[in-house]
Amino acid sequence: MARELLEGNLAMAEAAVRAGVQAYFGYPITPQTEVLEHMSHRMPELGRVFLQAESEVAAVNMVYGAACTGARVMSSSSSPGVSLMMEGLSYIAGTEIPAVLIDVVRGGPGLGNIAPSQGDYNQIVHGGGHGDYHNIVLAPASVQEAIDLVVLAFDLAEKYRVITVVLADGSIGQMMEPAEFPPMRPVKTVYPDWAVRGAQGRNRRVLSSIYLQPEEEEITNYRMLSNWNYIKANEVRYREYYLEDAEYVVIGFGTAGRVSLSAVRAARAEGIKVGLLRPITISPFPDARIAELAQQAHAFLVVEMNTGQMLDDVRLAAGGKLPVEFYGRLGGIVPFPDEILGEITRLTSEPLTVGGDPRLSWMKRFVPGS
Amino acid sequence: MVATAPAQVVYKRPEFLTEVATHYCPGCTHGIAHRLIAEVIDEMGVREHTIGVAPVGCSVFAYNYFDCDFVEAAHGRAPAMATGIKRVLPDRIVFTYQGDGDLASIGMAEIVHAAARGENITVIFINNAIYGMTGGQMAPTTLPGQKTTSSPNGRDVETMGFPIRMSEILATMDGAGYVVRRSLHDPKNIRLTKKAIRIAFEVQKRGLGFSMVELLSTCPTNWGVPPREALQWVEEHMVPYYPLNDFKVAPTVAGLKF
Repeated sequence: MARELLEGNLAMAEAAVRAGVQAYFGYPITPQTEVLEHMSHRMPELGRVFLQAESEVAAVNMVYGAACTGARVMSSSSSPGVSLMMEGLSYIAGTEIPAVLIDVVRGGPGLGNIAPSQGDYNQIVHGGGHGDYHNIVLAPASVQEAIDLVVLAFDLAEKYRVITVVLADGSIGQMMEPAEFPPMRPVKTVYPDWAVRGAQGRNRRVLSSIYLQPEEEEITNYRMLSNWNYIKANEVRYREYYLEDAEYVVIGFGTAGRVSLSAVRAARAEGIKVGLLRPITISPFPDARIAELAQQAHAFLVVEMNTGQMLDDVRLAAGGKLPVEFYGRLGGIVPFPDEILGEITRLTSEPLTVGGDPRLSWMKRFVPGS
Repeated sequence: MVATAPAQVVYKRPEFLTEVATHYCPGCTHGIAHRLIAEVIDEMGVREHTIGVAPVGCSVFAYNYFDCDFVEAAHGRAPAMATGIKRVLPDRIVFTYQGDGDLASIGMAEIVHAAARGENITVIFINNAIYGMTGGQMAPTTLPGQKTTSSPNGRDVETMGFPIRMSEILATMDGAGYVVRRSLHDPKNIRLTKKAIRIAFEVQKRGLGFSMVELLSTCPTNWGVPPREALQWVEEHMVPYYPLNDFKVAPTVAGLKF
């Protein structure tokens, strides 16, 4: 396969096709509509299922039904649409069946705007839907990584029978850069022993998220948590840059992590011993690695395109061992490397937040009147 | 000497019904609806190719009573879930079994769009003019003046709106192949119901579009009347508001032979 100039949304859609997705159900919403548009011609041309649903509520429940057949299925949406999907995601999780969702995050809350944001971190990582469940959440920082993570998402979802979400901010979905597709995988022909496909020559199967006896629900919750603990122990992924001798560690995911890397390189050129940890699985979260780095570094700087949603997870992992500072851009604004470089420089020269909420000093410095 | 014919079984439990007692209240017509579906699936010989979608409501446990693969939908979303299954497995028989709160209130968008798309699924719609499982609240199908636990002085259409006639609505969809209303209040209507259910499944088997049979049903428990009075109430109050009719029989369906 040759490298091509690819738009992120189209690249993620085609990556799903290459990964053998058998059915796509979705609804148009900016900035992810190109996923739906690509699927609308690509899936029928391959004899696979494409359906534009009447709403995200319907789309996710179509995914739920199709996932019950054991087929590789997916949807994609953006923040307000994903909010509508929360009911279905909870049911899919409670039924313990695999499904893949791409969330191309935009500014919010409410209708917000269509610019790149990371404001869905809490919605996707810390639940969203009702009840006790966890999603695997993968955060790409480039078009190539988005392609690779979409393919991985299907494998992880099926391996563990959990929802796997590719959380891409709007800039990953909309930008174009060179990337390479994987080869086309064959569509699967063998289905798992839980799949509902008609009880031909066997006892009937029932797929449901209902456990009316509290004791049975408790057992189910234990089982799902055990599965999650296994995932946490085996599937944490992150990228490290310049961390060997780092005295300061920047932590950022997706586009915020990518921009931070430029700032870290500029700071290194100035002689500052700073590195970057970029979580790829923001769920399960790389808290063990962050705890290790908390022993090594003088301070952390968390950079996000939200008001500090991952920040709380970093602070929990850091366990109060070192100052944790925060820098965020909101409302659909992507930070420039210079802004982050300024913050890295400040880490080395000013008194840092010890205890208390790092958002307060950040707001004091950047938000007039706060 | 009197000649005796060998004994013949003329009536038995349909094979499509599992050997368990249902949780339905005494006098409720869910049992009749279940049995009619089971007889039809037995007669068509499609049990092993059938996948059911259960709703949220009194029939939430329908999957315990039908001997086929089953899934359990979120409230109102059964037509969307059935769509997902049917699109992936187009040669299977996929049916939903939904009550009036599920189908005509919270699931209005899903049922209308499934019909508009002409999804080849069969919907059995139980209309008993009340929310049963949650204890007798006003449904979108509750009649004007009807008392429920959330319309204690009777449904006042000025503030609570009017009942919804789903069959009439869905019959306007070009994707619908067969949409009829029947009733379960007496033996004659039960026989007519069975015929309609058979046609609905035959429509799906032949890929002729969306099919739905609406069934006027009783809820003696939440209506607060004995079973026999409940049957009379269907005939005297529901049938006039919800006329029994064939609202959509596509030309391709009209000539069906089976």
